[in-house]
Amino acid sequence: MKIAVCVSHVPDTATKIKINSTGKSIDPTGVTFVVNPYDEYAIEEALKSREKFGGEVAVVSVGGEANKETIRKALAMGADNGTLLKDDNDRDSYAVAKALADEIKLSGCELVFFGKQSVDYDNSITGQLTAEILGYSCITTVVDLKIDNQKVIAEREIEGGREVVESELPIVITAQKGLNEPRYASLKGIMAAKKKVIVEKPASSVDNVSKIIKMYNPPAKNPGKILGTDSSAVPELVRLLREEAKVI
Amino acid sequence: MSKKILAFIEQREGKIKKSSFEAVSLVSKLAAENGFEKEIATIGNEIENLSEAAKYGVEKIIHFKNKNLADYSPSAYSEILSNYIKENSVDIVLFSNTSLGRDLAPRVSIQVESGVIVDCTKLIFVDGDFIATRPVYAGKAFVEVKLNTPRKIFTLRPNIFKAVLDQNAANANIKTVEVNSSNVKTRVVSFKKSEGKLDVAEAEIIVSGGRGMKGPENFKLIEELAETLNAAVGASRAVVDAGWRPHSEQVGQTGKTVSPSLYIACGISGAIQHMAGMSSAKYIVAINKDKEAPIFSIADYGIAGDLFEVLPKLITEIKKLKS
Repeated sequence: MKIAVCVSHVPDTATKIKINSTGKSIDPTGVTFVVNPYDEYAIEEALKSREKFGGEVAVVSVGGEANKETIRKALAMGADNGTLLKDDNDRDSYAVAKALADEIKLSGCELVFFGKQSVDYDNSITGQLTAEILGYSCITTVVDLKIDNQKVIAEREIEGGREVVESELPIVITAQKGLNEPRYASLKGIMAAKKKVIVEKPASSVDNVSKIIKMYNPPAKNPGKILGTDSSAVPELVRLLREEAKVI
Repeated sequence: MSKKILAFIEQREGKIKKSSFEAVSLVSKLAAENGFEKEIATIGNEIENLSEAAKYGVEKIIHFKNKNLADYSPSAYSEILSNYIKENSVDIVLFSNTSLGRDLAPRVSIQVESGVIVDCTKLIFVDGDFIATRPVYAGKAFVEVKLNTPRKIFTLRPNIFKAVLDQNAANANIKTVEVNSSNVKTRVVSFKKSEGKLDVAEAEIIVSGGRGMKGPENFKLIEELAETLNAAVGASRAVVDAGWRPHSEQVGQTGKTVSPSLYIACGISGAIQHMAGMSSAKYIVAINKDKEAPIFSIADYGIAGDLFEVLPKLITEIKKLKS
């Protein structure tokens, strides 16, 4: 089976976010970029699917040169080949999805994994958009996946429980934490990944459908009151929650 | 010709969800301010409280009905809704940013050739255009965004927009349309409910525990306090990764971003990725031994003490209050 996994290269979640001088995006100075955490579950599931069905796992990413680090990480975990759809300009989810859909159509992958969201813009829509553009089925925030012949049965996490969803190939699956335990890249894998060629081609040309006017940090909250250091402060806390905050 | 704005409202087990009424209220407000034509659409089988939606200021309701559509089917729901939007030249569609809304809205956006902005915390119409505000980097920053497409779709973060009853609301005018449901290629076949638990994403109050709880067995204190307050149980990434609590309870950048009225953080020091996920709570209480813990920098009220001594007292006091 031809399998694809789409990955993004994002600031580490421990990073403080500073806004750059344009006031429209972040200042990347001193920021460590990593594989999007949810994409690790997507990569693992792609590798597990290959173990079961055979075939190849293609890693695809849209962005600048730096995204090669993330592609390389997926190759080190065991993916077979990598493609960077290059564009140094900021793309919105739609423009990313269009570039990915064009590439997936070309490669003929029928099982496509995404992380359920990128922890930068937090849109969590690129998987659904890509699937719709391709005319593929799509199941999002998946925590359990079974594929048998053309049939797909997945569990997706929603408010208050899990939905069991049936669908069929070709399909886009977006991975939620809990789907699996991502493997660590072995030393052998890391060495092998260094030798693999990452194909680079321009991302298909398409206009963004949205425009960021402004990016800003939320106003700092004023630190509140420390009411005490033991349970004698509890009655005052309860009074404040009831009378001042009016939340209980 | 005036623009048409539509709220898609969501039913689960035959009942409209509370967050859907927030979308109806916003549609009503935007329509009143800007002279838009307003309506509501929903999909499902029998819906017991559908007429209630009109009380939030939009009387025209279209209900696409079929017994096979009682549960969510992404393929069928997106097709039915998209056809309606195209045939009736709907210009603006609002969804609640629930699991369903976030799954459905982008699919519809492709089918109706519209841009989509999800998880909006503010949405205004000025000088003939919408400006949406939404958190990015799990709330470490915010963006103001515009759509370039003529048609616009937005999803609204639950608990941010108010569901306001409209005193002058007319009675519901429900049009029921029987639809066929041939395109159920992707469909929900069953639901596994978490045992009697409120979900952090929907709760008004969250009681959350971190590594300071010292072990999974001590979460019974968190659970008891949560039960007393009719609150959801939340957890930090550290305790989820340690296997003490399920991932569905994780609050923060790789868990859920929440906006409850009250967030009580117990034994949580306040890693940046946790605080990003809960700092938009209206009130934050921190209980932590370490008075230098970063969580106190965003807490409205804090007790810098031993939670094993503070929590039992807090439970007793709140029980007293509730009785």
